Amino acid sequence: MKKGRTVSTPAMRPGIDVSPGPRFLAREALGALIDALRGQGSSVIGPTVRDGAIAYEPIDGPDALPAGWHAEQAPGRYSMQHGGSPRQFAWANGPQALKPLLFAPRESLWRSARDATGRLAFEPVLPAVRPLAVLGARACDLAALALHDAHFMPAQAVDPHYAARRAAMFIVAIDCSHPADTCFCASTGDGPDARAGFDVALAELDEGFVARSGSERGAALFDGLHLPPASADQIQAAAAEVQAARLSQRRHLPSRDLQAALTARLDHPRWNEVATRCLACGNCVAVCPTCFCSREAEHATLEADRAEHLREWDSCFTAAHGFMHGTQVRPDVRTRYRQWLTHKLATWHAQYGRSGCVGCGRCISWCPVGIDLTAEVAALLEDAP
Amino acid sequence: MMATARHDPAGRALPMPATVLERVDEAPGIFTLRVQLDDSVQRRDYRFASGQFNMLGLFGVGEVAISIVSDPAEPELIGHTIRALGRVTSGLAQLQPGDAVGVRGPFGRGWPLERIVGRNVLVVTGGLGCTPVVGVINYILMRRSQFGRLVVVQGVKHAQDLIWRERYAYWRTLPRTEVWLAADVGAPLWPGHVGRVTELFDRIDITPDMAVLLCGPEIMMITAIRQLLARGVAPESIELSMERNMQCGHGVCGHCQIGPHFVCRDGPVFAYPAIADWLGRKGF
Repeated sequence: MKKGRTVSTPAMRPGIDVSPGPRFLAREALGALIDALRGQGSSVIGPTVRDGAIAYEPIDGPDALPAGWHAEQAPGRYSMQHGGSPRQFAWANGPQALKPLLFAPRESLWRSARDATGRLAFEPVLPAVRPLAVLGARACDLAALALHDAHFMPAQAVDPHYAARRAAMFIVAIDCSHPADTCFCASTGDGPDARAGFDVALAELDEGFVARSGSERGAALFDGLHLPPASADQIQAAAAEVQAARLSQRRHLPSRDLQAALTARLDHPRWNEVATRCLACGNCVAVCPTCFCSREAEHATLEADRAEHLREWDSCFTAAHGFMHGTQVRPDVRTRYRQWLTHKLATWHAQYGRSGCVGCGRCISWCPVGIDLTAEVAALLEDAP
Repeated sequence: MMATARHDPAGRALPMPATVLERVDEAPGIFTLRVQLDDSVQRRDYRFASGQFNMLGLFGVGEVAISIVSDPAEPELIGHTIRALGRVTSGLAQLQPGDAVGVRGPFGRGWPLERIVGRNVLVVTGGLGCTPVVGVINYILMRRSQFGRLVVVQGVKHAQDLIWRERYAYWRTLPRTEVWLAADVGAPLWPGHVGRVTELFDRIDITPDMAVLLCGPEIMMITAIRQLLARGVAPESIELSMERNMQCGHGVCGHCQIGPHFVCRDGPVFAYPAIADWLGRKGF
């Protein structure tokens, strides 16, 4: 639905409070931005190179950023190279989205205690939340964040764990200028430029950043940094980079609602074919910024009178996911892959009003056998009008 | 405590301590626990509808989704009929009066009684553990004058699987109440039909005005629905209770999805037209 947007200057983007207009942040001033975020009491999380990949980690200053690094991605492949560029954000996403910062991979929901008479008491375990500023969030991950907001914070049933972390998060987005070969956010309408859901968004140029604010907190941060207005040339250059990034994307998903088309093909032979390649390892789920399944588990402690109730990320590729008192709803890889893909691209529309795919391409890069969901969809829809 | 109290007015995110007041052994491996919430305020505020379920927790072991079989007019005593099958239910089977459990709930959509009241009601259940309909049958029988005919059709695999034989015999004695039994495998003195539960439909006076409540294996429900629609029952008059893996109880953990539906939140009782597209789709 967002596909086909014309490229606009940042000042024309809808839904963003741009007053008083884009500013310019010199590269040398990035440290001052990080200091300002820390001055607000936030821990700053930013991209850094860890184990040969970009990861979001606590950073002290701009030196931790992956200056000069590029990441090559292809189905089943992720490889980092260092070049001579001064740019700190000239890479597409690594395996980790914002997801683990808000939806913890493993956390305690409550503790229970049993007293001498056998009576139970339950105590909620809420996360000890510190204000967190994320530097370098990508458009795809912001779109995923909006989907998780809808899932974890519906008005009638707010998840207190997610909500507490969410309220304490300040987001500095970075427009994506170097999409990977696996990226297709332009086709899902979610990128490559950050459109909503940020406090500040930056567009990287060689000499620094065109900065726009997306919230009052973001605007206040600009005021504190005394940033000069960005020049028309800088704004133009940033828009051109976004446009180039958009055009460089080779993969795509059909932008229309695939609900009817995919649910009409639940018995398509392609599901059998992909099941011969899929290892059901769940890597795609782990790196997907929108996958939200979790399992719950009770952990008894060594003291027999205390126990803890945990929730941890789960995957619809596991046998336990579809287990139901002695029967198995999804007994084979075919039905598990189909569940994953049809939930993401079809039934998600009914649940949350849009597709559950934001075009980040992680499931393609991090699939050990290089299954490409855009290719799978194309094969499934081959006979479609 | 404050944050959870604010987000969780209904005891959904945090279990409520409760105590087993009564235990009834219904059949080998099948038992009923009647539990009461320990906290007087929680006890006073707790309300449920027939067809809803609780997450019943065993200390140090885990939780399991169990439908509520007791009468919603007496929400202070919560009845659960359980079959000892897995880790948690086998542990719950050890409980005796005075033992403690955790209760989260109630969750989900129950039987839409407002759409059933005043009508002739057909209840079709198959297999063991069809407790979701026991609660609503009792509900109707306790308010007999508010409903028309009540026809209960119960199928089991083996004749000896039938629990509550006396209860069925008693129901049969009540006015405008019929009970039909079927077992795939019969036994000496089996009072019912030997064969599929849906084979009984030819012998029952099924009228198009009936409200139908279904619970049991999906293949049984699909067969029943096909026959009921052929007999002129309206699709929107058919309600069915679905079952899936449930862990959180309120549409977060993702296990119970059938297509776009979160069974724990949008169900477990669905109007047939709402779930028709996904019913019987293997793998969902």
